[in-house]
Amino acid sequence: MLDKRMSEDEVVAELESGMTIGIGGWASRRKPMSLVRAIARSNLRDLTVVSYAGADLGLLAATGKVRKAVFGFASLDTIPLEPHFRNARQAGAFAVEEYDEGMLQWGLYAAACRLPFLPTRAGLGSDVMRLNPHLKTVRSPYDDGEELVAMPPLCLDVALIHMNRGDRGGNGQFLGADVFFDDLFCLAAKKRFMSVERIVETSELARAGSVHTLKINRTMVDGVVEAPLGAHFTECLPDYPRDEAFQRAYADAAKSPADLERFLDRYVRLDGHEAYRKAVGR
Amino acid sequence: MNARRHEYCAVALADAFRGDGEILSSPIGVLPSIGARLAKLTFAPGLLLTDGVASLLGDVPALGREAEAVVEGYMPYRTVFDVVWSGRRHVVMGASQIDRYGNQNISAIGDHARPKAQLLGMRGAPGNTINHTTSYFVPSHSTRAFVNEVDVVSGIGYDRARALGPRASRFHEIRRVVSNLGVFDFRTPDGRMRLVSVHPGVSVDDVLRNTAFELVNEGSVEETRSPTDHELMLIRERIDPNGAGAREIPS
Repeated sequence: MLDKRMSEDEVVAELESGMTIGIGGWASRRKPMSLVRAIARSNLRDLTVVSYAGADLGLLAATGKVRKAVFGFASLDTIPLEPHFRNARQAGAFAVEEYDEGMLQWGLYAAACRLPFLPTRAGLGSDVMRLNPHLKTVRSPYDDGEELVAMPPLCLDVALIHMNRGDRGGNGQFLGADVFFDDLFCLAAKKRFMSVERIVETSELARAGSVHTLKINRTMVDGVVEAPLGAHFTECLPDYPRDEAFQRAYADAAKSPADLERFLDRYVRLDGHEAYRKAVGR
Repeated sequence: MNARRHEYCAVALADAFRGDGEILSSPIGVLPSIGARLAKLTFAPGLLLTDGVASLLGDVPALGREAEAVVEGYMPYRTVFDVVWSGRRHVVMGASQIDRYGNQNISAIGDHARPKAQLLGMRGAPGNTINHTTSYFVPSHSTRAFVNEVDVVSGIGYDRARALGPRASRFHEIRRVVSNLGVFDFRTPDGRMRLVSVHPGVSVDDVLRNTAFELVNEGSVEETRSPTDHELMLIRERIDPNGAGAREIPS
């Protein structure tokens, strides 16, 4: 088995400005935040971000990394609207492709299956069609003749996900309730990087959780980053719940440019993930 | 027992689920959740409830006590979309804006390219409304919410559904809209919103004044059904002992 271990900075070195980056997790749950922070303090720019979005898109928006957001919503769960994303949107800071969240799944799956589109009813009649003029419909070739949205593939240059456990070869394990769409993000991407709370021996994986939790296999991952507390401040159950107090501080940093600068100096413009853990005292 | 305004809303939201049978109920927010749980405890025992994470609840916990409930099934997000597209679901969503045909906006206020106010985003509204029954709850009824034209169509209304033709729109149904002032539906020849009932203490004029478009008003507006004593007991003691519903709509 290959040893795919690397650091956050080595992942960032694999990325280029202008890339399309898919980020796993959901809203403020199991986001690969140590990787997101590494991008936020890098020289990368003009990224297209595809996400069931939360603090990942919010932080990249706040640090001016985003050229286009491909999303269905942006939320911090207990704070319903992502405040940094809102600021950026209301300033017209980047372009958007906004989809129904089921269409996002379909686009990732189409990319994973190397298909030109997947049909769906979702989107018909809504402003998803008006706001995404590249979207086309397709007529069923069968007797029903039904017209459906032809959701094109959301092909990713890079996928970033965070798992509870992994091995050095790139097998990943989620121990929470939901894998979300992380497997599809990996399958839709050319390069796939996975941070994990802990790298363990392969033999330990099936002891930590049922075989159903092993949704990420090593053909889906090119690099593994060991990042304890790597999803902080988002939720990463059962390892830790969302850090609500820290999330409020993050949200408060959207109140003014000065607040944002203070937050970034203290928690983002640091020398790596260990320095971040020290800064948050965990 | 005297019912309070939010309790009228809760029973009106529960009544939205009448006749639904064994489907997934997806109430978004406090009062819709109270409504769905009340429906399950009374006339709709077949409803599926989720914990809002990935589990189906086999009993009816109080709000906030979902972690202690019996789990009867697994419903991660991907499975939710399977259920949406299969049609066995009734969602109760919010609406920052809603128009006379039931078009709903939860995406953005103003120009979408540079919104005056970025809202949540489309979320599942387009897919929900084209695939299965939808209801809406609007806790503060005003001309800013009940608008002539929504800025972005997230959930589709009857005019949009009709324009798609009978085949594409065959699963579209907006069952009812409940606000802090009254109950509304679309059982009109052209699918326009109709005033069904006003809550006690609200006049028809209050509703009309706070609605930017012309409501179908057949002159036979009733008062919203009162909660029974049993329903009030269930709401106050079983479902919402901490009074979260009252905080959503002050009496």
